[in-house]
Amino acid sequence: MGLEKKLGNMGVVTTTLEQAVAWSRTYAMWPMLFGLACCAIEMMAGQASDYDMSRFGMELMRPSPRQSDLMIVAGRVSRKMATVLRRLYDQMPEPKWVIAMGDCASCGGVFNNYAVMQGVDEVVPVDVYVAGCPPRPEALVHGILTLQEKVVKNIKFAEEKK
Amino acid sequence: MDKNLQPIVEKLEKAFATTASEHRGDASLVIPREKIVAACEQVKTDGFELMSALTAVDYWPQEDPRFHVIYQFTSVSKNLWLQLRVPVPGVNPTIPTVSGVYQNANWRERELWDMFGIKAEGHPDLRRILMPADWEGHPLRKDYPLGYEEPQFTFNFEEIDLRKPYAKE
Repeated sequence: MGLEKKLGNMGVVTTTLEQAVAWSRTYAMWPMLFGLACCAIEMMAGQASDYDMSRFGMELMRPSPRQSDLMIVAGRVSRKMATVLRRLYDQMPEPKWVIAMGDCASCGGVFNNYAVMQGVDEVVPVDVYVAGCPPRPEALVHGILTLQEKVVKNIKFAEEKK
Repeated sequence: MDKNLQPIVEKLEKAFATTASEHRGDASLVIPREKIVAACEQVKTDGFELMSALTAVDYWPQEDPRFHVIYQFTSVSKNLWLQLRVPVPGVNPTIPTVSGVYQNANWRERELWDMFGIKAEGHPDLRRILMPADWEGHPLRKDYPLGYEEPQFTFNFEEIDLRKPYAKE
């Protein structure tokens, strides 16, 4: 992702190195604990033994944003929580990705009112939306696999500033 | 009415010149605003250790005064329940604080301020508790807009999509 800027255009070497870096980023992504509401239970169920997410590289969930790559926003975000969410997102080091888990994080869900943010993509750029109320652990795993397909092929969310 | 509750209610009726209304064994009295602290002190000495609820109802535009602040008390030792109502007018609504008598009124009166705009005079720390600190308006009033977003169907998808705030980075 940022390799071309550092190494310049060295042809085959850069491409293979990029692929290797993307591969390692994909399969060792550590999510951050950001379970806010009911979706957090399904996220915990996804991390537990029956629908193990460690098989996909998410070995453990870091509570600290400085040591994680992926933020799974699980649950409804109120307006008061939105500033906190943005601050934690800013504290995560690049490269970082966001999964909006559940209906409340994707579009506001059942809560169409003044207090709940209608979709977490108003404050953070989201890579994968997982639908469901709450999504079954298998649905969350499908969302993670989609994100892994995206990262391993180096598809960028927004154009990198040249 | 429970026979233990009857003398307590009669004492309150005499002291504050009001009549109790009864509903399925539970008593409710209307107390004027200036006397609510005295009423709470009397209720507390009568054995109601717990103030189980402090909320308000907005009766706009049907009734005036607009707000009714509702105090509900539970006696754990005698297994009784009592309700007091205080009518508060809509212009500059204030009530004297009861957090000196019942300490759990502290956060409940902050919620009253946040949701209805009813100030508690003498409250040590009156600020918003549920909404963000710089929020304008009092959401549970009847004239506050619902604040909902128009749902996006396929026929109006693009026009709503252009108006939605997306975070780019």
